[in-house]
Amino acid sequence: MNGAHDLGGMHGFGPVEIEKGEPVFHSRWEARVFALNLASGFHGKWNIDMGRYAREQMPAADYLATTYYEHWLFGLEKLLVDQGLVSAKELQAGRPEAKADAARAMHVADVAPFLRNRRAARLDADVAPRFRAGAPVVTRNLHPVGHTRLPRYARGRRGVIHRDHGVFIFADTHAMSRDRKPQHCYSVRFSARELWGPEAAARDSIFVDLWDDHLDPG
Amino acid sequence: MGDHPHHDDEHDRPLSGPALRVKALESLLTEKGLVDPQALDELIDTYQTKVGPRNGARIVARAWTDPAYKARLLADATAAIAEFGFIGRQGEDMVVLENTSKVRNVVVCTLCSCYPWPVLGLPPVWYKSAPYRARAVIDPRGVLKELGSEPAPDVEVRVWDSTAELRYLVLPERPAGTEGWSEEQLAEIVTRDAMIGVAQVRR
Repeated sequence: MNGAHDLGGMHGFGPVEIEKGEPVFHSRWEARVFALNLASGFHGKWNIDMGRYAREQMPAADYLATTYYEHWLFGLEKLLVDQGLVSAKELQAGRPEAKADAARAMHVADVAPFLRNRRAARLDADVAPRFRAGAPVVTRNLHPVGHTRLPRYARGRRGVIHRDHGVFIFADTHAMSRDRKPQHCYSVRFSARELWGPEAAARDSIFVDLWDDHLDPG
Repeated sequence: MGDHPHHDDEHDRPLSGPALRVKALESLLTEKGLVDPQALDELIDTYQTKVGPRNGARIVARAWTDPAYKARLLADATAAIAEFGFIGRQGEDMVVLENTSKVRNVVVCTLCSCYPWPVLGLPPVWYKSAPYRARAVIDPRGVLKELGSEPAPDVEVRVWDSTAELRYLVLPERPAGTEGWSEEQLAEIVTRDAMIGVAQVRR
């Protein structure tokens, strides 16, 4: 979706400000909502791409006016209701109507194995690559209303396959219908001038990780 | 709005009082048996005290002092980083980018805030902020200049937008004058920002 989350190339946000000695969390609620996201995800009712898509659906004006962990809170509340772990009524009232069915919460002993999971998105599927390293490509000019990992600034642009990462879950369909649609994911190199015009530095480039379904031969 | 003491009928104002909303949500999920507050404590403690940029600094220091390790790191970063036991969530597939006197690498996630948790911990606010996500791709030299790390005109800048499940770690240049330093001494000077690519390591 052409949402407020797709920030690459926008102007008007001011300088990048690095906080010295920054804490991992700035308040207790940030830490709690971070952990609530992971512990709720433990139930397996959604995948990481659905998680990103849920946050992207925050109304655009709200997204830009709120902090990162407010996005996580919005996304979590949406997923919990959409996937039936809590009802909208429970969320509104803040009180349970019923215990969850057959749910087993993440326990302390589950935390380390859960965080050490090594295979999230890479697949063993035997799918042929559509492109080889060095191949010229052009990105598709797509504007889906759903989730996509092809940023606006890189649509309809010419690039070169820098590296084939192998076969991965396709995030765009995985977020919308849980369809993994296994396909190759590549690092695609774009010259800064292809993306940003003649004012950009001639020797600079931007690398974007994109899937077969984002690309056509260039 | 955020200091309202009750949470019974406030949810029609979704942007008010995140602290209150989170507290209400945690108690709801706990009462429903969906989360265990002790597991939440453990998750938080992991990223506050165990997993952070000191992990990445050890990788960099090893690469600076052990050419065979550096070769493995650049060839298969996931495996070479796993030698330290740094594996898992948001680091399942790692790529290491080597800075040289002619190439500067900068990592961003314009669409959300993808970041290599096992080696750097959770991302700082600036990395997740709109200014960085907006500008890193269109004006990396401007961002680097503001942050006191402007590349010379003859240096190539490569920006890596983390749009898939690959996670990137920059291998900064080893500063001059550190010959003979131990791996531990070197790890001390490697900063988080250098491993994202917006700073250089100074002795």
